[in-house]
Amino acid sequence: MVRVLIWGSLQSATDGQAKVEVEAKNFKQVIDALGKDYPGLTEQLAQGVSLAIDGVIYKESWFTPVRPDSEVVLMPLMAGG
Amino acid sequence: MSLDEFQKRDFKVVGQRVERPDGIDKVTGRAMYGADAYATGMLVGKMLRSPHAHAIIKSIDTSAAEALAGVKAVVTAADFAPLEAGDAHNVLDACIARKKALYDGHAVAAVAATSEKIAKAAVKLIEVEYEILPHVTEIEDALKLDAPIVQEGFRNKKIPADMSDNASNYYQFGHGDVDAGFERADLVIERKFRTAATHQGYIEPHACLASMGPDGKGDLWCCTQGQYYVRALCAQIMAMPESQLRVTASEIGGGFGGKTTIFIEPIALKLSQKSGRPVKIVMSREEVFKASGPTVSSVTDVKIGMTKDGRITAGDAYLRYQGGAFPNITCYLGAQSAFAAYDLEAVRTVGINVLTNRPKQAAYRAPGAPMAIYAVESVVDEMCQELGLDPLEVRLLNAAKKGTKSSYGPTFDDIGLVATLEAAKAHPHYCAPLGPNQGRGLSCGFWFNFGGNTSVSLNINFDGTVGVTEGNPDIGGSRASISMMAAEELGIPYDKVRTIVTDTNSLGHNDVTDGSRVTFAVGLATIKAARAAIREMCNRCAKLWDIDEDAVVWKDGFAKPAGPNAGDYEPMSLAEIAAKSPNTGGPIAGHFEVNADGAGVSFGVHLCDIEVDPETGFTKVLRYTVFQDAGKAVHPDYVEGQMQGGAAQGIGWALNEEYIYGADGRLQNAGFLDYRVPVASDLPKIDTVILEIPNPGHPYGVRGVGETPIVPPLAAVSNAMAQAIGTRMFELPMSPPKVLKAIKAARG
Repeated sequence: MVRVLIWGSLQSATDGQAKVEVEAKNFKQVIDALGKDYPGLTEQLAQGVSLAIDGVIYKESWFTPVRPDSEVVLMPLMAGG
Repeated sequence: MSLDEFQKRDFKVVGQRVERPDGIDKVTGRAMYGADAYATGMLVGKMLRSPHAHAIIKSIDTSAAEALAGVKAVVTAADFAPLEAGDAHNVLDACIARKKALYDGHAVAAVAATSEKIAKAAVKLIEVEYEILPHVTEIEDALKLDAPIVQEGFRNKKIPADMSDNASNYYQFGHGDVDAGFERADLVIERKFRTAATHQGYIEPHACLASMGPDGKGDLWCCTQGQYYVRALCAQIMAMPESQLRVTASEIGGGFGGKTTIFIEPIALKLSQKSGRPVKIVMSREEVFKASGPTVSSVTDVKIGMTKDGRITAGDAYLRYQGGAFPNITCYLGAQSAFAAYDLEAVRTVGINVLTNRPKQAAYRAPGAPMAIYAVESVVDEMCQELGLDPLEVRLLNAAKKGTKSSYGPTFDDIGLVATLEAAKAHPHYCAPLGPNQGRGLSCGFWFNFGGNTSVSLNINFDGTVGVTEGNPDIGGSRASISMMAAEELGIPYDKVRTIVTDTNSLGHNDVTDGSRVTFAVGLATIKAARAAIREMCNRCAKLWDIDEDAVVWKDGFAKPAGPNAGDYEPMSLAEIAAKSPNTGGPIAGHFEVNADGAGVSFGVHLCDIEVDPETGFTKVLRYTVFQDAGKAVHPDYVEGQMQGGAAQGIGWALNEEYIYGADGRLQNAGFLDYRVPVASDLPKIDTVILEIPNPGHPYGVRGVGETPIVPPLAAVSNAMAQAIGTRMFELPMSPPKVLKAIKAARG
């Protein structure tokens, strides 16, 4: 299981939990599992999200591995100027 | 992909200040900008724009315009098929009004004619019947429950009940018990800050030339930061396959984020499709101000708790950003950035977007961060003054570092903030004496930096030179830095390499030139493409020497036997291998495609000295120093230029630049005479201190540079102002009338 940190305004979709556990071994599995376990997240997931895995922000890389002890943070899809 | 770990090496080309490849073209006028595009038989496109801030379009009569001799096409929103809700839908609606004009300057129709004179005359013949609606251009007015609603249907369910339906996006970030943190503080200060909308101020206006053929194929030449994104949006809007639309980016006269989207391109394509002729549209400066994408304006409440010895116990920020008549994400970038420079046990930030009758905002260097960090850094400075603490020591005491849980969630790895602060502390600027009416301000800054989708092709020419093809418009010196990294990896001189920026159909996809990504991501792909070419060159040598491929290595531009056991062969240079390549298997090339990650966040610290004339309120910037962790500085001139340019733009934001709307909802200062950007004579030489802390996620340690430098100036100048005039201002810009008012108010 991987612990995923959910940002504040999304926590209503995770029963107020700031951290949730999902079964996943990579970026895509984290996203898929979040959508399956917490349907309230699907709208945001469809809009696009980033994942910070052990401090590095990944925008779309589905097969980036995630370890059980990884720090995984759900973030909005990042953009710059 | 896995991260490409930094490996220490002695650079031979990287780090030099080589000649810039675009310099001669730009100073001689040879460079081809967007407005320089020309096609035989091309028409001139002109837009009719709404004079109203908010109005229902009841009817548009284009018959008189269409009847005018020389007019070949007229376009309105009705010519475009409706799109599903989403980015392209909003972009098209911002380009041309469908049912309502949503801001002053919103296009409602366009014509293509055989001359500019005829096009202008035709525009005047278009009759639009408007039903004028109440408008709203300011954040706090737009949030009132009885405010005119700009567009329905965008309200997020998290928006508080006391806000109108103009509030759209809502995001909250943070960790820890903020209220408990404030309880632990010896001093708690809460302030409200306002910043005006500003424009990126690029010198080159938007321009494009579109040519649609009767067979459905199209070509588009335009000034843009991302030809692939232009293609994706325009193909969707034109209902055509991306493969059939080739987009070529011109030389670019500044972008700073403002050219990451489109404003005129679909209109030109549709006019071309209807007329059967190429159509060129060039925005006037007034159109650029009114109908391109300025920054958000903001209202931010910040509350910070601090102990007597300077430890921050909690931070809270509540951001309301207006980004025009459409939803946007800048509010969450601001909310994530606000406290990023601090190691906090308890922090909470909220970002809300507010719709107004203004043009759809676009990115501007580190979008959302400057205004959020301005508010936080101003309160920190005020607390230091209140508690009699050194503002730099307080930053050091609270600085985010490796292991810090960032205010937006992830735990930082190696970051350069402490080193940057230490550099500022040791610099003579920090302790230089100040005179009367003078003040010194300090601010930290932060930006995320990104990588993203990138393709590079590298070709070994038969004469031993090298061509690199990349797909990101060069807005900050990337052609030089890419050539340098190719030369470094191949072991050949810089002047043997030429890098070009190509069109959408000549190379795989590249994300937009944004997020300070290009030197990082395209550089990484170039190094990998060079390594692929090196592998092939070693293979060719192995064939020539009749030894195993593994027995050949590459060193300093030569293929060599790996060791004595491989045989005794004279090393072959890249040029020798290239010359023989037709005989050894054909042309040699390397390419690499990647969705690059590991860009690594960026921190900067700025010091600013100003002097204020108490009689006029005029502010002169006396001295300015930028300290930034730039990773490996590939071309230090360009790195310094980014740091200086960001500082100059931030100073303008702090002191003079602002969108001013009248009571009628119309923009009052749509020109550089009334919208005051700093020019060279307004500024001192901006000093720079580059800290080269290698980014572990790049083989050469490269880190994005371009966006962070615009973040600190707002607070650095404002904090200097507080010291110079003895009272703090809470609103930007701090233009002379406002400064004078603040001085008089302080004097009572």
